[in-house]
Formats: sequence, structure tokens, C-alpha cells
Amino acid sequence: MTTDTLHRPDAAASATASGDDTQVLVTLTVADQLCGIPVLAVRDILGEQVITRIPLAPPEIAGSLNLRGRIVTAIDLRRRLQLPPAPQDQTRMSVVAEQGGELYALLVDSVSEVLSLDGSLFERNPPTLEKTWARFSTGIFRLDGRLLVVLDVARLLALAGED
Amino acid sequence: MDDLLADFLTETNESLAELDVALVTLERTPDDADTLSCIFRMVHTIKGTCGFLGLPRLERVAHAGENILGKLRDRSLTVTPVIVSQVLAAIDAIKAIVTALSTTGSEPPGDESALIAELNATANGAPHSEPALTQAINDATDKQIPEEATAPTPDAARPVADDAVPKAVGTNPSAPQAGIPAAAQTIRVTVDVLENLMTLVSELVLTRNQLLQLARTQENSAFTVPLQRLSHITSDLQEGVMKTRMQPIGNAWNKLPRLVRDLSHDMGKKIELTMIGADTELDRQVLELIKDPLTHMIRNSGDHGLETPAERRAAGKPETGSIVLNAYHEGGYIILEISDDGRGLSVERIRAKALSSGLATEAELAAMTDSQIQRFIFRAGLSTAATVSSVSGRGVGMDVVKTNIEKIGGTIDLKSSAGEGTVFTVRIPLTLAIVSALIVEAGKERFAIPQLSVVELVRASRGSDKAAGGNTSVIERINDTPVLRLRSRLLPLVSLTELLELGTEDQGETTAHVVVAQVGQQIMGIIVDRVFDTEEIVVKPVAPILRHVTMFSGNTILGDGSVIMILDPNGIARASSVSAGTESKLLRHTVIEAQTTTDKTAMLLFRTGGSQRMAVPLGLVARLEDIPRAKIELSCGAPVTQYRGRLMPLIAIDGSLDTGRPTQPLLVFAEGDRTMGLMVDEIVDVVEDTLEIELGGVRPGLLGTAVIGGEATDVLDTGYWLMQAWEDWFRGAPRKGKADDQRHVLLVDDSDFFRQLMIPTLGAAGFRVTAVGSAAEALRLRESGALFDAIVSDIEMPNMDGLEFARTLRAGGPWAKLPLFALTAHADLQHSAIGRDAGFTDFVGKFEREALLACLRACMAETVAA
Repeated sequence: MTTDTLHRPDAAASATASGDDTQVLVTLTVADQLCGIPVLAVRDILGEQVITRIPLAPPEIAGSLNLRGRIVTAIDLRRRLQLPPAPQDQTRMSVVAEQGGELYALLVDSVSEVLSLDGSLFERNPPTLEKTWARFSTGIFRLDGRLLVVLDVARLLALAGED
Repeated sequence: MDDLLADFLTETNESLAELDVALVTLERTPDDADTLSCIFRMVHTIKGTCGFLGLPRLERVAHAGENILGKLRDRSLTVTPVIVSQVLAAIDAIKAIVTALSTTGSEPPGDESALIAELNATANGAPHSEPALTQAINDATDKQIPEEATAPTPDAARPVADDAVPKAVGTNPSAPQAGIPAAAQTIRVTVDVLENLMTLVSELVLTRNQLLQLARTQENSAFTVPLQRLSHITSDLQEGVMKTRMQPIGNAWNKLPRLVRDLSHDMGKKIELTMIGADTELDRQVLELIKDPLTHMIRNSGDHGLETPAERRAAGKPETGSIVLNAYHEGGYIILEISDDGRGLSVERIRAKALSSGLATEAELAAMTDSQIQRFIFRAGLSTAATVSSVSGRGVGMDVVKTNIEKIGGTIDLKSSAGEGTVFTVRIPLTLAIVSALIVEAGKERFAIPQLSVVELVRASRGSDKAAGGNTSVIERINDTPVLRLRSRLLPLVSLTELLELGTEDQGETTAHVVVAQVGQQIMGIIVDRVFDTEEIVVKPVAPILRHVTMFSGNTILGDGSVIMILDPNGIARASSVSAGTESKLLRHTVIEAQTTTDKTAMLLFRTGGSQRMAVPLGLVARLEDIPRAKIELSCGAPVTQYRGRLMPLIAIDGSLDTGRPTQPLLVFAEGDRTMGLMVDEIVDVVEDTLEIELGGVRPGLLGTAVIGGEATDVLDTGYWLMQAWEDWFRGAPRKGKADDQRHVLLVDDSDFFRQLMIPTLGAAGFRVTAVGSAAEALRLRESGALFDAIVSDIEMPNMDGLEFARTLRAGGPWAKLPLFALTAHADLQHSAIGRDAGFTDFVGKFEREALLACLRACMAETVAA
């Protein structure tokens, strides 16, 4: 098995330790954009995986993978956000989230640390934000020198209900 | 009966335990409507079942209790502790009887009339002072005890039910010991627990497979022996858990005798139901799922399949019809046969019904075999029952049956012969949890195909340019559609790579594998690149976002840990439309076009006499056949073949017999019971096109040449060839009477081609035909005093159209009362209403020769009779 779990953030502990205005996010990059996913929505972080292609599936679906005996549907975040595809040789990581009893893996370029961010740094989406991004983002955190987009996992995974 | 009683006792004991709790809850929260209706339901169920099982004493008590509860529920009584005590007393009485019942197997003697009277009094709102009532209840219970010598007291029964058993036996020594239900031997476990257990075992099997795969790569590992042991234990465990879910199929059958009895009563038929193999076991999940389809099929057999005693006598059969239900195991599957010795499925009726309900066109039906037509009963919206009865005939049913059976990975098939009966064969997997599957590769991806649908594997070489050397079959292509010759039959193929859009097929690979799969009665070949081995897989549902991809029935994890998609052969057949016959893709095309265009005619294109391209209106062709060359015989030097039990003359357009090929394609023309086969070299296509014929200067047998599908095409004169086959084809009917007896029909149609076509057709049927090209010409004939017996007119005509022509005729004059038939390309209902208002007697679809002739004959018969 190639599953190697990098780290499983102790979500409960970090969430309770912080105040109401604080958000705890798993940070990740996709096409050089820093994004964050609420830590409580994350089930697992996986390294490079063997992914089985699913013919005739929507383009966003990269395939399915085996996570400790459970079948997880992998969604290519780049495609979901209508970004150019990742270079062939790039290793990709997955953020596993659950939706309606099913597990989904979001394929991202890389996953970095878990940040606890103060609510005062949070802002709603600027109205000029590109539509695709505006749909999947709940808001922006102003970090030192970088902006972090908070992704709405439920929306990202709501593939079936769309169109 | 014993089983039923045991089930009842188990259930009732559970309900009673719950009732105690619920009633106490009710006392505390008298306004809780949910609790109240829950109590009501439980008591009601007990009462209902008692009536069914014939337990009058129990029923009376339960009924009295239910009465009060009903009043409480309707709010005509309010919940008071007194009433609750009363109900509890009733429950106690029920318990006492139930306990006695479980020891002796029959109701103990005695009665609860006092208690019942109390309950009824309360139900009727009789005022009681509280202490008096309590006293009354106590009295009632007290009185009851001495009376019930054989039944234990409620008090004794309540604390430990088992205690009551020896006691009861003691007081009633005659009670048979064997009557004690084996309470200790069985426990009721919720299905959820079993399901969960099964899931865990499935996972365990997968993990075991994974371990075995790993161990295979390492020789002399210390793990080998323990692993083998683990493997065995896992297998045993799997079997054991499966066993907990296994139930005899008889459980799904126990309602059927009653059903058949009622059915025979309602329908006035004599039916005998024979059930064989009721102890065949299968997974309870599967059992639940086939219960309804099975019931429906039995009902159908009784209602549609079997005839009335009178009909059966007339057919020389015994009055009592028989329905046989047979179940047996066959290679990991359960085969269920439902057969009756009734009238069998009427191909003609199904054909007509399929046509009228728009499920297929005449052309599609013409190309179908009888068994394909019979399979229409599995399509939605088709019921062959002439009338809708309360039992069946609403046209929902067999399609649902088929869908339900396919849902559980099963297949359904039917065989029917007229007058002899129908056999439905249902094949269902023993269990849904673990299936054996064939692992194949296509386009660098691996897929699993359930073994159930795999018939055989064939190795075939790609590309037809390679001469078929040796025994390897070659995949041949007809206009890009791959086919394979398999034991002198043509097998339609689908390329998995192309179907799943996995890129183009690897042409470098010279050999491919064909997985021959059976879907219903259709057999198709799935082209794959490689075939691995079979593996036991656990079917897991695909993620909801993938449900719309019908090609997959699920996914699973293989021994090597990789995820693999499980192919659904039904989905593949649907996607490649193999199940509707190979021509259907082509034909569906034309059907769609036919709805949007009016002047177009479906033409069957074929080649004959070298490579000459010819066409004939599809509506005139009764059937397309491909007969083995060996079946062509000679009669007086002319070729004939035995067709449907009769001799059919065969005609070659160029007069020669090509003996080089193994089979001979035929266009079959039929009229009444006469048939004729026109031998052609090749059936090319069916196209929809406007027909503009250039007449004249052509040889006999051809109407002329038209441009069809962009190519010059000779149009066949069917009448000529019919004459060639049966010299008396045209004379047959007229011989019945004198020439002046011949009915005279006026044909009004602006199309030269159509007139050319109809004159010989009507002539062949014994009518004298006068044809004119416009309504104006027809009216001129009327003015000149010509008389006809009937008029057949086109609707779409220049200047004066058919509708106006009809109105003009009906307005007055010598032709005002003549039968008037309309010919139209779209004979839909709305249209015919307009037509009837205009004065047409009836509407007939263009090229529906039989229908037109039937209409004409019917109206002629009427005029003769009048």
C-alpha cells in the first residue's frame, strides 16, 4: 500500500484552544495560490496515490483511490477551479473530506502547515473576484505578504447537484 | 401453521413488552399522540393477526382494548390512570393467553367477558367512580384466575416467562411437550447487525486476498502457514455469516398459494400451483427483492397466461391450468422458473400493441424475430391483456419486474409457444455481497465484469486484411461496426476502449480478446485488450456523483489494493443498443426523422444482380430473413424454402442463384398466408428520403429509378415480383366471384410512385382500381357519372387536399355515402379526429397495406350485408 499519512492534525484540540473569531485552517497550494480548508472538514492528508481513472466521469473527477479499504473519489482541484492542468511530473497530495457519508480526496499541488488565524484578518470575497473562485470561496485571509483563500468544501464536493 | 404461530408469538411477546413501557409513558404524558397511536397500532396488529390465525378469545380481548384506545386516539376519551389500568389489565389478559398459547399451541379455554364488559363500558363513556372501577378491574382479574385453570395468572407470567412454562405444563398435563417453541435456540437479531457483520467479513475477505497476493511474491516466508490458516478461517467465516442471511426461497412463496386461490376464484379459472424446490436457500436481501417481482409474475401467469376452463377444453387441454414454480441452484446462482401451460404469448398482439403504443415502428418489427417481439412485454407501457382487470393489464408490471431483477444483478428470460404456454426463467445471484468477476484490461485500465453475464472468452485477431490463418477468429467490420463470426453466427461486438472513450484502440496489438456476454436473450461480444483471472470481489456502490454513468454497477478493491470499476453488461448493452437488435441504431434514426418530415418514405436499400443498388418501401416488406443456403430446395425447378411451416417461393431478381455463400438474405413479402421471398445479395441500409421516380424506359420488375441517399437507385415493383412468385396472386381473390362482382376502388394520390405501388397491391387483393392524380380529377369522374365502391385518398395533395376533398364529397352528390379512407404518413389520433370531422371513414398509415386492405374488406362486407 502506498498510503502514507503525513500528519493528522489534532483538530479538536486546536479548535477549542482558540477563540470564537479564530479559524483553524489546513493550508494548501493549488497553481501557486494559497488556500485554506477548515481543519474540521479534513479527514486525512495523503501523499502521492495510485489513482484509478474512471471513464466517462465528469472531467473534475480524477478517479478513485483506496484509503485503508475505503474507496475514495478523487477530485482534481485545479480542474474544479478551472485552472490549467498540473505538469505531468508534479507529485500531488490529497486532502480527504467527507460529504454525505462518502469520502472525497481533493487533489492539490501541496499541503503545508495548519494555521490558526485571527478573525480580524478575515474579509469577505471582493466583489470583483472571478466567478468560479467566488463560488467556492467563503472569504479571504490577509496574511503577511500573501492572501489565503478559504475554500468551501461542501460546495467543492457538490458535483452531483450542479447543472 | 406452526411456523406462523411461532412467528406470531415471538412478535406479540415483543409488542407486549413494548406496550407495558408505552402505556406507562402514556400515563405520564397523556397528550402524547405519537405514543398513543403507537400503542393503538400494536394492539391493532395483535387483534388483526388473531383473527387471521383463528384465536377468537385473544381477538375479543384485543378488540375491546383497541376500542378504548381508538376512542382515546380520537380524543372522545381522555387518558386517565383508570383507563390506563384498564388497558393494562387487558394487556395482562392477552399476555396470559399468549403464554398459554406458547406452551400448548392452542388457546386455553375460559373467557374474559367481565373484563371485556368493563372495557366496553369505559369505551362507551360509562361514568365510574375511580375506586369502584379499580375494584371492578381487580374483581375481573381475580375472577378470571380461578376460571382459567389451564392458563397461568398474569402475575405469574409477567416476571419470568419461562417460569410459566413448567407451570402451564403442570396444570395441563395433556399439553404436548413438543409444542414448546424453541425459544432458547433462536435469537432475533436485527438485520442491521447482520448486514454490518457481512460488510466486515467482506472487508476481511478483501484484506485476506491482498495478503495472499503479497505472500505469493515471497517464497518460503514465515507467514505462509499462518496466512493459509487465516485464509481458511476467513472462508469459513464468510460462509458462516452468509448462512445467517440465508433463507429458504419458500419464505417468498408462502403467500402464493393464497394468491393463486383468490385469483382462480376471481377469474373463474381452475389453477393448480406446484412449487418445487422451496427449500433452496438464498440471501435474504435477494429474497426480499424478488418477492414482489415473483408475485407479479405468478399473477400474470394466472391472469393472462392461463385460459378459462371452457377455452382450455376447446383447445383439448385439461380444464385445470397449471403454474409451476421451480427453484434450484446452478453454479452460484439461483434459477427460478415460472411456467404455465396456458395460451402462450401472442406475437401478433404484442406486435400490434408495440406498434400502437409507439414502442417500435413497423419497420423495426419487421426485422425482429418472434422471441425479440415477445420480449416487448418487458418494456414499459405494454400490456397484452385485452381488457384491464383488477388483477393485471395496466401495462405496468413486466418492465418493473425486469428492472427489479436486473437491479440485483439477475437476468430474466422467456420462452413461449402459442397454445403451449410460457416459461419465464429468472437467474439471480445467491448473494449480492460477494461476486466472482473476470478482470479485463482495455485502454490500459482494468475493469471487472461480473462472471454471471460472461458466457465464454474468444481470442480474435484484429484487422481483416490478415487472412484468417489457423483457428483464430477475425474481428471484421461492417462500416466501422465490429462483428465476429462465432460458430456460424454473427456476434455484434462493442469495443470497451471506444465505448468508455479511453482513446483509440491499440492497432499495434494484433490479437484481442472478446468477452462473450449475455444480457437477457441477447448475446454480445465485448472487445478487451487483455484478460486476467477471476477474482472474488465485494461490490461497493459508486460515489453519488458517478451514478449517472450507467456503464458501471459499482467498484471494488482488488487483491493488489487498487480500485477497479465493475462493468454493468446491461448498461453496456443499452449504451451500444445491442439489446434492441443490431438494426435498431439505424432504424431509430429513421424513426426520429419520420416524425419531423411528412413526405419522406422509409426505403430499404439492398444490392442484387451484381452490385446494382435497389430500393423498396420498407412498409411493404413483411420481414427480413437470412436463411442458410442449405435450406433452399427446388420445387419444379424453382427455388423454394420451408418458411414457418409452409413452402415459400423464392425469386431472384436477376434470375440466377448464387451458390457461393453460406446464407441467403431474403426480403419476405406477405399477404394473408401467402409469402414470397425475394433473394438479394446484400441488405444495405434503411434510409428516409423523398421519392421522386423517373418512370418509363425501365425493365419489368422496376418502377423506375430514383435518387435515394444521393445515389441513383432502382425502385422495385413489388407487384411484379409477387406475380412472378404466385401466378395467381392477382387472380386469387377475384376468382371467387364474377368480374362485375369485383369491387371498384378509386385511388386519389398525387404521387405517381404511390399510385404505381397501390394499383397492383389493391389489384392483388381482388379490387378493381381506378387511379387519379388529384382531387379535381376525381371530382370530374364524379360528374361524368362514374360509380365506385370505396375511395382511398391521400391527405397532402396540391390545390385541393384530402380533407377538403372529403368535405366536398360529403356535401352531396352520388358519392356522398361512399366509404372514404385517408392515407397519411402520420396517423396520429388528433389527425384522425380532424379527418373524421371532414368525413373520412377511417385513417390508414401510408404503406400499411394490410391495414388498408382490412379496412376496405370490412366496409365492403358491410355494404354487401346492407
